[in-house]
Amino acid sequence: MELLTIDIAHVLAGALLLTSFMLLYQDRLSGLINIYTLHAVILSLSVAWQAYYQDAPHLYFTACIAAIFKALIIPFSLRRIIKRLRIHRTVEVVGGVGITMLIGIFLVALSLVVMLPATASADPLSREDIAFALAIVLLGLLMMVTRRNVVSQIIGFMSLENGLVLAAAGANGMPLVVEISVAFSILIAFIVIGIFLFRIRERFDNVDLSELDRVRGGRS
Amino acid sequence: MSSDLLLVSNALVGIPAVAAIAVALEPAYRRSAIINLCASGATFLFALVLLVVEPESGGYLFVDDLNIVFVVLSTFIGFTTSVYSASYIDHEMETGRLTTRNVRFYHAMYQSLMCAMNLALLASNIGLMWVAVEVATLTTVLMVGMYRTPHALEAAWKYFILGSVGIALALFGTILIYMAAEPVLGQGYDAMVWKTLMQQAPQFNPRMLNVAFVFLMLGYGTKVGLAPMHAWLPDAHAEGPTPISAVLSGLLLNVALYAVLRFKMLLTANAAAITPGPLMITLGLASLIMAAIMLYRRGDIKRLFAYSSIEHMGIIAFAFGMGGPLANFAGLLHMTMHSLTKSAIFFSVGHIAQVKGTQRIADIRGLTQSQPALGWSLVAGVVAIIGLPPLGIFMSEFLVVSSTFARQPLLAIPLVFGLLLAFGALLLRLTGMAFGEPSSDKGEVRASMWPVYAHLSLVLLAGIYLPSHVVTWFQNVARLLG
Repeated sequence: MELLTIDIAHVLAGALLLTSFMLLYQDRLSGLINIYTLHAVILSLSVAWQAYYQDAPHLYFTACIAAIFKALIIPFSLRRIIKRLRIHRTVEVVGGVGITMLIGIFLVALSLVVMLPATASADPLSREDIAFALAIVLLGLLMMVTRRNVVSQIIGFMSLENGLVLAAAGANGMPLVVEISVAFSILIAFIVIGIFLFRIRERFDNVDLSELDRVRGGRS
Repeated sequence: MSSDLLLVSNALVGIPAVAAIAVALEPAYRRSAIINLCASGATFLFALVLLVVEPESGGYLFVDDLNIVFVVLSTFIGFTTSVYSASYIDHEMETGRLTTRNVRFYHAMYQSLMCAMNLALLASNIGLMWVAVEVATLTTVLMVGMYRTPHALEAAWKYFILGSVGIALALFGTILIYMAAEPVLGQGYDAMVWKTLMQQAPQFNPRMLNVAFVFLMLGYGTKVGLAPMHAWLPDAHAEGPTPISAVLSGLLLNVALYAVLRFKMLLTANAAAITPGPLMITLGLASLIMAAIMLYRRGDIKRLFAYSSIEHMGIIAFAFGMGGPLANFAGLLHMTMHSLTKSAIFFSVGHIAQVKGTQRIADIRGLTQSQPALGWSLVAGVVAIIGLPPLGIFMSEFLVVSSTFARQPLLAIPLVFGLLLAFGALLLRLTGMAFGEPSSDKGEVRASMWPVYAHLSLVLLAGIYLPSHVVTWFQNVARLLG
């Protein structure tokens, strides 16, 4: 029974990692938002499973936040934003998919090599969860580095935050304060980003960050 | 926790929080500037009370010798900046660069920032501290983007993305610290409280602590502005309102440094974990030399001094990385002196940019003739920041260099090289701006100069005579830092 419980947790965390890989190569904005929704759903399942396994009711709350806020509200508003900005049919040029995937695989290997020996004494469940979480965080970073479009960068950042929530849920009995604050900060961060999106639109008529680079020209 | 201390520490967080709401509701910009000023002044007075009460801990906030230094310094600069900000905002309103709504928002964010910084410094657990640093980052992002020019938006966006990534890495490190502490301290709140963490640190799993520190150092180090994670800093300083540049350099970098120092103490307490020193020394030296070289090619006056901040944060990180009573003492003194001097410089620079209507160094010439008060304050500030005697920074840099020579002579070579490089660059730029044929003025300002004079005279005083109880106080803190 114990083993099955751990296996289910690993399947969920592994699925989250796979979805992170899907985010890496998806080049349509609307497709990206769909995959992010999937990412959030798997996260909420994974956190709910942790809540059941650790017998920690407050984690159900975190799972609900993930399900309602990240899997419903954010994708909905993102879709509205890209429609209003008339970029919902945009196909982004994602350079070097093969190389990006290879770097991604390397990052996953790196996080396993770093985390597993360090956490040898920890609970087997939280130990492998934290390794998966680190891999998801690093993949999120990779996505933010490789994308030029503001919306894709935001999704990269949000997948990174999902990795952090997975890590926080996996840490046995970590106080509620932290999880709420994580969710709350995502909300704030999202509002800020939303404001920025519209400001950038006002100024540039498109949300490609290479526009911003052009503006920089001639300054030191 | 005794009730008066509880009252004081709550007031330090509470006054700015209440004031933030008050200024948000106040439509008249002059009156909101006065509320801003009074609230910052009151917070500073409460911080002074901390000097006389006995340090204790309990509840969500705690006070010990280390954070008193930071709180007093940051509330003092918060207060003088609010004085300066009133005259700066006046001018921006007259020239129409800001509207009443902008200013309301600006004052509310200013007080929220003060609240978040005090909370980060006084928080008794690592989770609350993280939340406070995150809030401080978000408020400054909004202020940096306030002018809404393409450059300001780019700067704010860059700051926001890099800052969030840094903050995310720091959260991962925080979770790892909890996981290292949990087998020893049990599940729940105790495993996140500084006091219990420090007591039980020797029993934590050292490998977990090592990994955690790398994340915390990179995460909070991004906010300190250490190379190579410094990319946000020059843009954020150059494009935001100048009072915010002063607060960023003088205070926010210190708050992030405080977080790094706390975690460094935690690792030092565990004998089996890596010594955090070499990592801090490497990042510190890299920042110092990179920034010193970059100083030569700056064309924008605020960017110039932003790079100088990176340089000095590098020196401070280096000093704390060396460790030991003398180097820690030097680091603390240098941090205090740098905060005072750099904010004084930004106060003058803000008015200079308003008078000249530009931030381009090439268009600013002969300030000592056309604007004697501003020009000579800039000269005094730069003389102080490059470390000429008899000012305070000379003394702290001298202590850093001499303690390095005594213990690791080889490390002193890149340190002195970086210091001399920066010295040359700033002197070169200063002579062009301060002397020679003056360039034409674009406007008039009613500059309030006393914040500048107050900061610079404190720096001068510290260089000539450091009161003995300040010395013993800093020595105590230096010992605490290990």
